Amino acid sequence: MTFLSGARIWAVAKKEFYHLRRDHLTGGMVAGIPIVMTVLFGYAINTDVRNLHAAAVDEANTSASRALLADARASQVLQFVESASSVQELEMLIATGKISIGIYIPPDFEERVIHQRTPYAQLLVDDSDPVILGAVRGLSNLPVGTNLSRRPDTFAIRPLYNPERRSAIFIVPGLCGVILTLTMVLFTSIAIVRERERGNLEMLITTPVKSLELMIGKIIPYVLIGYLQISIILLLGVVLFDVPIRGTLTDFYIASGVFVISTLSLGLLISTIADTQFQAFQVTFMTFLPQLLLSGFMFPFEGMPKAVQYLAEVFPLTHFLRIVRGIILRDASLSSLSAELWPLVLFFVVVMLLATSRFRKRLD
Amino acid sequence: MTIAIETHDLTRNFGDLVAVDHVNMSVPTGSIYGFLGPNGCGKSTTIRMLCGLLLPTSGSATVLGIDTQKNPEELKRHIGYMTQKFSLYTDLTVTENLEFISRIYQLPGATRQQHISAQLEKYGLGDRPAQLAGTLSGGQKQRLALAAVTLHEPELLFLDEPTSAVDPESRREFWDFLFDMSDRGTTILVTTHFMDEAERCHALAILDAGALVADGTPADLLADLPATVVEIESEQIRAVREALIKLAGVIDTAQIGRHLHALVQPQISAPIDYLQSSLSDELPASMSIIKPNLEDVFVISTQRATQNVTHEPSVVA
Repeated sequence: MTFLSGARIWAVAKKEFYHLRRDHLTGGMVAGIPIVMTVLFGYAINTDVRNLHAAAVDEANTSASRALLADARASQVLQFVESASSVQELEMLIATGKISIGIYIPPDFEERVIHQRTPYAQLLVDDSDPVILGAVRGLSNLPVGTNLSRRPDTFAIRPLYNPERRSAIFIVPGLCGVILTLTMVLFTSIAIVRERERGNLEMLITTPVKSLELMIGKIIPYVLIGYLQISIILLLGVVLFDVPIRGTLTDFYIASGVFVISTLSLGLLISTIADTQFQAFQVTFMTFLPQLLLSGFMFPFEGMPKAVQYLAEVFPLTHFLRIVRGIILRDASLSSLSAELWPLVLFFVVVMLLATSRFRKRLD
Repeated sequence: MTIAIETHDLTRNFGDLVAVDHVNMSVPTGSIYGFLGPNGCGKSTTIRMLCGLLLPTSGSATVLGIDTQKNPEELKRHIGYMTQKFSLYTDLTVTENLEFISRIYQLPGATRQQHISAQLEKYGLGDRPAQLAGTLSGGQKQRLALAAVTLHEPELLFLDEPTSAVDPESRREFWDFLFDMSDRGTTILVTTHFMDEAERCHALAILDAGALVADGTPADLLADLPATVVEIESEQIRAVREALIKLAGVIDTAQIGRHLHALVQPQISAPIDYLQSSLSDELPASMSIIKPNLEDVFVISTQRATQNVTHEPSVVA
């Protein structure tokens, strides 16, 4: 057995430091990733949810019922943003994603309180987002009137979409977006950078091919791959985890298409920034992690500070999550979710233009 | 005689480095024009500017009557550029690579297969259409690259060190292809480090540190060589060299086997006497004046390079 040479190990390590020092992007990431991520996520991620969008139907309309609604608002868990006049209307508002919580106070509310016939009222909860259900649980024991001695079951909680609370039902639709966000961006960014690394690009840019032709041609195969992946995820969700598909598949596939091209355009943009596949991977990761953590997939969107919410509104994943949960779990139509669709289109157009303008058919 | 390439004070800087320095050149249509010069002298940068891939810092270039800065995309239809590094797709087969190039140049689809087969036959790849390009030998890769770059029948070909990775037999064959194309009117600009290849060119330009230091036909360059070449034979050839290189009248020496070539300043009227007189009696040597070769031209033209080594900037898209 030969002994390891410390000098040789040091030679290899020292050479590695040289590589890192020459690679400015990677060098920047060494400090950049921990700083940006820690500050951003430490500041942004908050499991304590506040100000969920809500609406109330108060059929009792007494001083006690109004006081209950005021108490609910004072809890800061919810804020009333819409008005409704029937339970059907509440359900509709929830299905289209305009509110997450509906409060229904029945006409005999006063009587129920007097006879302590719980529950006094009902909470309709959009449980296509698992975070919301947890957040409203605290509301269910809201005291009514002056009876503060015990914690009454004031509200009956009615989860609308996943009453058995099976995790797969929450996770699978969101996973469609999360997986595509990673694979699509990575595939496209690496596909172009690879041409540059291998010297193919110098040949390509000497031909009459136009930048936009190159970009579009590059993403078409990945659009198909995106569709394949999303179909696999959905199929597995249905077969293995019994995920219900309540909306129409057409809506789902249209929305997926828009989402896929918006993520692909991001990949193209990254490919114009990165010089090597290694750099492309790092930059992709830099864009993936915030989307994963801030889009509402893992942590409650409503719990984040306003500034971070605005940032997260830029991410394609944020909007796609809302769309896909709406279509698959809440039987919402794509047209009722158009407010989430156009940001994806806008993202695609802006990023694609940016990528095409950055990609020059020149070497300088 | 029409002109395929014409440049006026073509200059390109990379930061402080002047990669190409006020180059004026003129390449007649249908000729094979050789580009010589030490590594990093600006050959590739010049070609990239002539292809419209790099913008000149100043000066201009007209290629096939097209201004390379104003209309690079139009130019790209009519030229072919074979990069120094193999730039086809190694994970595609020979035929797949050519099909791709054919579609990019929008060559007629109806005759595409015949066209590609004919090209493969011509360049000796007819027996391996389904082989992955990455598994071809150096000579085969180079023939495939030539087949790809000539598929759209360009009027002008840029070849950047096309033969640096191939054996002498393949080089000879490669030059036959070039003469064929030149015969049919294609202009070819080729860079090389091989003097035998330089001799085959119709005209040559020698670049040194970005500047054009000599150009003309090989015969003219030899005739105009500002030096006399003396061949020296001696038992102690290294010691003779040591003694001669110190002389002000000796520009450079080169040892070739057991012989030494000394390039002597042309002002010295009797070069053999001049050299003999500087050697002591302990160093007997026999000398004769011989005809210069292109290597001598190259050495004289690029003398300055030794004090002034530049680096070819690595340019990535």
